[in-house]
Amino acid sequence: MVKYVTKRIFLMFFTLFVIMTMCFVLIKLLPLPAVKEMGKDINIILMKREQMGYGKPIAVQYGIFLKNIFTKWDWGVGEQMYETLGIWDVLLKKLPYTISVNFYSILIAIPIGLGLGIYAALKKNKWQDHVISTAVMVFYSVPSYVYAFLVQYFLCFRAGLFPITIPSGETASLFSFKMFISMMPAIISLGFGVVANLARYTRAELSEVLTGDYMLLARTKGLTKAQATARHAMRNAMVVILPMIIGEFLGIIYGSLIIEKIFAIPGVGELYISSINLRDFNFFMALTFFYTFIGLFSGILLDISYGFIDPRIRMGAKK
Amino acid sequence: MQNNEYMSIPKEAFEFAPVGEKIYDKKLETKPIGYFKDAWIRFCKNKSSVVAAIIILILVLFAIIVPIFSPYTVEHRDGYYKTVLPKAELLAPLGIWDGTYTKSDTRAGYLYYNSIGVESGRNAVIGEAKVNKDSDGNEYYTFKVDSYNTVGYVFVNLTQNEYIALQNYQDENEVQIIYPMPENYKTNYTIGNAGANFWYKLKNDKATSTGEPVLDKDGNYIPNYITSSNKDRGDYTSKMRIATDTGENGKWFAYAVKNQTGYKVRVLYREYYIYKNGHEPSFLFGTNAYGQDIFTCLAAGARLSFLLAVFVSVINLTIGALYGSVEGYYGGAVDIILERISDILASVPFIVVVTLFKLHLADKVGPLPSLLFAFVMTGWVGMAARVRLQFYRFKGHEYILAARTLGAKDGRLMFKHIFPNSIGTIITGAVLTIPGVIFSESSLSYLGIINLETSSLTSVGTMLAQGQGYLQTYPHIILFPAVFISLLEISFNLFGNGLRDAFNPSLRGVEE
Repeated sequence: MVKYVTKRIFLMFFTLFVIMTMCFVLIKLLPLPAVKEMGKDINIILMKREQMGYGKPIAVQYGIFLKNIFTKWDWGVGEQMYETLGIWDVLLKKLPYTISVNFYSILIAIPIGLGLGIYAALKKNKWQDHVISTAVMVFYSVPSYVYAFLVQYFLCFRAGLFPITIPSGETASLFSFKMFISMMPAIISLGFGVVANLARYTRAELSEVLTGDYMLLARTKGLTKAQATARHAMRNAMVVILPMIIGEFLGIIYGSLIIEKIFAIPGVGELYISSINLRDFNFFMALTFFYTFIGLFSGILLDISYGFIDPRIRMGAKK
Repeated sequence: MQNNEYMSIPKEAFEFAPVGEKIYDKKLETKPIGYFKDAWIRFCKNKSSVVAAIIILILVLFAIIVPIFSPYTVEHRDGYYKTVLPKAELLAPLGIWDGTYTKSDTRAGYLYYNSIGVESGRNAVIGEAKVNKDSDGNEYYTFKVDSYNTVGYVFVNLTQNEYIALQNYQDENEVQIIYPMPENYKTNYTIGNAGANFWYKLKNDKATSTGEPVLDKDGNYIPNYITSSNKDRGDYTSKMRIATDTGENGKWFAYAVKNQTGYKVRVLYREYYIYKNGHEPSFLFGTNAYGQDIFTCLAAGARLSFLLAVFVSVINLTIGALYGSVEGYYGGAVDIILERISDILASVPFIVVVTLFKLHLADKVGPLPSLLFAFVMTGWVGMAARVRLQFYRFKGHEYILAARTLGAKDGRLMFKHIFPNSIGTIITGAVLTIPGVIFSESSLSYLGIINLETSSLTSVGTMLAQGQGYLQTYPHIILFPAVFISLLEISFNLFGNGLRDAFNPSLRGVEE
């Protein structure tokens, strides 16, 4: 296991390195965007550019770039946005918004999704199952931004239940009730997809497990249907469902670009979009690293989690 | 031995076997069912997939046919019919889908809208208004408005030839298009189409007027036209004159004013639109904020999205199939190296790929090809993985060994013997690529990372992005693209699931 994990982590860093190198070279091949005339800040940026070796060969620049990251964790300054703050500080400032929106939505979606899935599996091929399965099919297929429009139109504009934008950081703390309420539309819109996904897998997995012989044995030994389902069937179904939930939790850092844009959440996604639109390449590099790293890391964690949840699974085992 | 029990069988029951002739196996009378036929039969049994397939077909036909036959085009942006509500000619008499909406406004607003219909008969206000009082005692009018008539009148500058042609058209068709000029035509009003709608006496005739009229003692509008003793003032020779223009006291209304380039004329926009475009303005899905017909734009956008998706799907399929075949067939070191490359490509977040392609290529080859490249760049990896898996499954089979023994070369083994096994998964994968591409395109357009919009092109994502700002006031702009894409995703998912089950022979005979 240790050997397997070490190998995976080594491979992860190798992949990460290759991707970062590719991105760096491709970015450096682009014409350098002019520094915006922002008055006094322009000198800081020009100085910073000098330090980062702009104008030297790309390989040298990459060396300086890597050295800064390894020694000082310095990703440079955002030349077009947030000129005075370091990139990583800005990122850390934005991250809580992204995480909290996604965290709440998963927290709300998990019980609903599991509940619907279990109910549908227990009522398999009855009308309740058909209703749930159809709804799940629709929720699963319809893009999340369509929910976002619906939520925004009906709940925010028509019913007036929630404010349209979320208060900025100065006026409301992140964990206040006011903030939670204003995040609600985004949380709901994100939740549909998670609910549908969870319900789908739970139903499929549980209905397969429920037909197992050991379920019959459990019933014959005197357990009620509820007991047998909870103690025996759910446990086995969890082998598939739990990694999914873990995956969803890792995805919360990743966030949803489109939902953040629609509801104007000042999160990482919004930062990424503006870095692309304003051509702030230092931000772009840092965020590319961020997204790639999370993607790769969650892949590893997911694979390892299979082994923990079900000891019979040995990841990376030879034949 | 109990043979004696059969001793009494009558002789007639026996028949001589035909000794002289050969006995052949009978030919099978039933038709053979091949792989595809079997898949087809099982696909047809899955009703929801068949329905989904039909919906997809309808959507594709919609995308192909509508732009050809629609009287509108993507390029045509009407300056006045902006954010007009959807109207279906067939349903309009029933009072649904008729391009009307209910409006709450002040007395001044109500009278302004009402005046349009009073002058021309093209009523902007439909039916009676309800008067409510709010807590401050202000009167509020609630009334139904026809969004096709609220434009009212506009000032247009015509050259002499255009002016004459318009007058001739009026006389031939006996419709009133040109209406008399109001006295205040020079005032640049902020509302009412720069004052073209203010044909009556205003309470406040400054440029900031709200359009509130002065009414006479019977509650009627008091016309404020330019009058002249010359009947043909402004070279207006048409026989069409409005009903109140009777030449009383030798005063006639002036229908045009000369300016440097020709004539400034006040026209009823709806009739003028018919004159200009040859058909009634009637937008099935309404128009967007640029005055484009949403129905036509959606079809054109859908066509672009479908084309892009099919292209991506076919290219991914080809690259993925070749790559996966080589990986799976040769295995060993080749597999490890190729697998690393595809691993790395698959790990780059898609949005990064799109951005890099956009930054590097969009200016050189255009946004659409650069998006196509981005989709192809990482899209084939999934397909290659599927094909590779199939190759691993089948390359050890005995029939492959047999073929190899008979001298089949690598290429023949790969593409003649192993590859057909993966056709089912490939077709399913290719079909499921299409909604994925359309979804990604719409998301990226919506986020503003890519912009496929030009004067003659639009995409579903662009339309969604355009509608976002009007969600509160004109939800129809975003509704139709959103419904389209939802319908598309749902039916493609159902269709894909059906296809996957149909191409999986191990599910044969398994009923839910």
